[in-house]
Amino acid sequence: MSTAANFTIEYLQYLDPLGKEVAELPEFARDGAKVLELFKEMLKVRSFDAKAVALQRTGKLGTYASCLGHEATHIGIGAAMRPEDVFAPSYREYGAQFMRGVRQRDVLMYWGGDERGSDFAGPKHDYPWCVPIGTQCLHAAGAALAFKLRKEPRVGVACVGDGGSSKTDTYAAINSAGAYDLPFVLCIINNQWAISVPRSAQTGAKTLAQKGIAGGLHCLQVDGNDIIAVYEAVSRALEHARSGKGGTVLELVTYRLGDHTTADDARRYRGEEEVKAGWEREPFIRARNWLTAKGLWDEAQEAEWKIECDAHVDTEVNAYLETRTQPLEAMFDYLYAEAPHDIAAQRAEALAWEARRA
Amino acid sequence: MSSNAITLIEAITQALAYEIEHDDTVLVLGEDVGVNGGVFRATAGLQQRFGNDKVLDTPLDETTIAGLTVGLATQGMKPVAEVQFDGFIYPMLDHIICHAARFRTRTRGRLHCPMVLRVPWGGGIRAPEHHSEANESLFTNVPGLRVVMPSSPQRAYGLLLAAIRDPDPVIYFEPKRIYRAYKEEVPDDGEALPLDVCFVLRDGSDVTLVSWGAQVKETLEAADALAKEGISAEVIDVATLKPLDFDTIAESVAKTGRCVIIHEAARTAGFGAEIAARLAEFSMFDLKAPVERVTGYDTHIPLFRLEMKYLPSVDKILAAVQRTMAYS
Repeated sequence: MSTAANFTIEYLQYLDPLGKEVAELPEFARDGAKVLELFKEMLKVRSFDAKAVALQRTGKLGTYASCLGHEATHIGIGAAMRPEDVFAPSYREYGAQFMRGVRQRDVLMYWGGDERGSDFAGPKHDYPWCVPIGTQCLHAAGAALAFKLRKEPRVGVACVGDGGSSKTDTYAAINSAGAYDLPFVLCIINNQWAISVPRSAQTGAKTLAQKGIAGGLHCLQVDGNDIIAVYEAVSRALEHARSGKGGTVLELVTYRLGDHTTADDARRYRGEEEVKAGWEREPFIRARNWLTAKGLWDEAQEAEWKIECDAHVDTEVNAYLETRTQPLEAMFDYLYAEAPHDIAAQRAEALAWEARRA
Repeated sequence: MSSNAITLIEAITQALAYEIEHDDTVLVLGEDVGVNGGVFRATAGLQQRFGNDKVLDTPLDETTIAGLTVGLATQGMKPVAEVQFDGFIYPMLDHIICHAARFRTRTRGRLHCPMVLRVPWGGGIRAPEHHSEANESLFTNVPGLRVVMPSSPQRAYGLLLAAIRDPDPVIYFEPKRIYRAYKEEVPDDGEALPLDVCFVLRDGSDVTLVSWGAQVKETLEAADALAKEGISAEVIDVATLKPLDFDTIAESVAKTGRCVIIHEAARTAGFGAEIAARLAEFSMFDLKAPVERVTGYDTHIPLFRLEMKYLPSVDKILAAVQRTMAYS
């Protein structure tokens, strides 16, 4: 037998878990200024995330999906994208969305039971949070198809988890991106757990990046806790797609340090040792060590920045808490461009009922 | 004036061509819709005429078609996707129900999804398994959709134009059994029909016959037969099931006092149940007789040796009308 085709999956990492350089840094990272900017954004997200969990615990927010541990993947993706690109998140990539202009109060509104959260600030063409797993991948591919047909230099970017990489829709997006040669980037954020099911139970594939091979896309596995690697990998993939050289599947390897959502208790299905190891590889240690060694960051600066971050979060939380509930008729008013007679009649019925009770 | 008598499926092709030509954002996609022109020929000649960027063959996966269509529609295009057969639509439900139907509402109007799914629908063409489903009521229960089913070449043309121009998602069922049943004049004038009205096809005073899709053919034949017996039947083609124009049905029943609903889908929770429920709610005191339903049975449509025994027939409609005529 001869070989019909050969494939390899490369792995991208610049900083080890303690911040030691393991490869020659890409151009953007060398003077440290950009990395510092990204690191500060990561801290901002962590501050937000802690507050959101606290709000849920005190009954001021509905179920919330924490992003603890994912900060480098999310910030790296959002920072590398252009405003005109389209972002199709799953439901915890807040860092990426913040980089695109979505406000913390928008996220809180969504998990706080108000649709207006998905009418967020930031690019009006971006997709809202997507709870059915994996479907957003095809929407990003469809967006990419629209860009290709209109000859616009824009990219459709989707995020999906390691669990979501098993979904039909995710394969379908990869396949169609290859078939139509679309400007498409799929970020598989492998945080090792799909609620209670470990990565090893999702697939027999050695990497999740290799799922792109079957569709004819570029594939790369990335240390998702290394902000330099994430930003570089996503930037390259976007540039590739934008210049008509095809789509990419990136597997960003990270770890879900928290529960799946506030409705979950991960202690039921995973051991403390594993979580402890996760905390040793998390994204802040290495970035902080590296920036400190370069003389760009110290404890005092971090303490000061955290105060700023918390103050910003407080402003956003207050704005969220002060938002009045939508009027009853809002459930009818956005169903169709123009309400059909049935909907108009039911709207009137609901308002009349409410008026009677008042 | 040159004659333009065409079949229902030719009217669909004509409407697609008109919209592609007049709206830059319209495109057609689906399995075999390109060079092959669709398995029923609905897109015949369109790729040759308008090019590969307007008429796209897709990979063979309904999930792909649905998801790409949603992506295109939410980013400024007006995709018209062909679902090759009714029985292949099920993998698309996630995208239709969770996304297409609710983008507008979940984003408070920031994104919307102006797409059309064209679905060759129903039985009676001796097709293989999964090619003959009457599944419209799966969609009439979904908020945010419009559900349309023409029953003539003229209405196929006018309703498809309206569906494509509508800013919200439309499921457009095509009664494949009458794709080529007869021809009528369909001027290619770009005139759309309203997407929220029933059409009264025949005036009558004794009984109201309500149907849609392919069964409109049998329903009209039954009305002819009844006329010979001195029974005057009014015939209504529902055409747009969602939103339902119940007023037209209620006005007719106020006149006739009797109603027979004819549809191909299974009876329980079929769309006839919605019409019967509204008659009970709003037209109770106009009715002289119980509402009758002539429908498919609550079984799967059989393979083709038995399928005509499953489908409503002229005789079954006549028998139902006779039962209602026993009341006065």
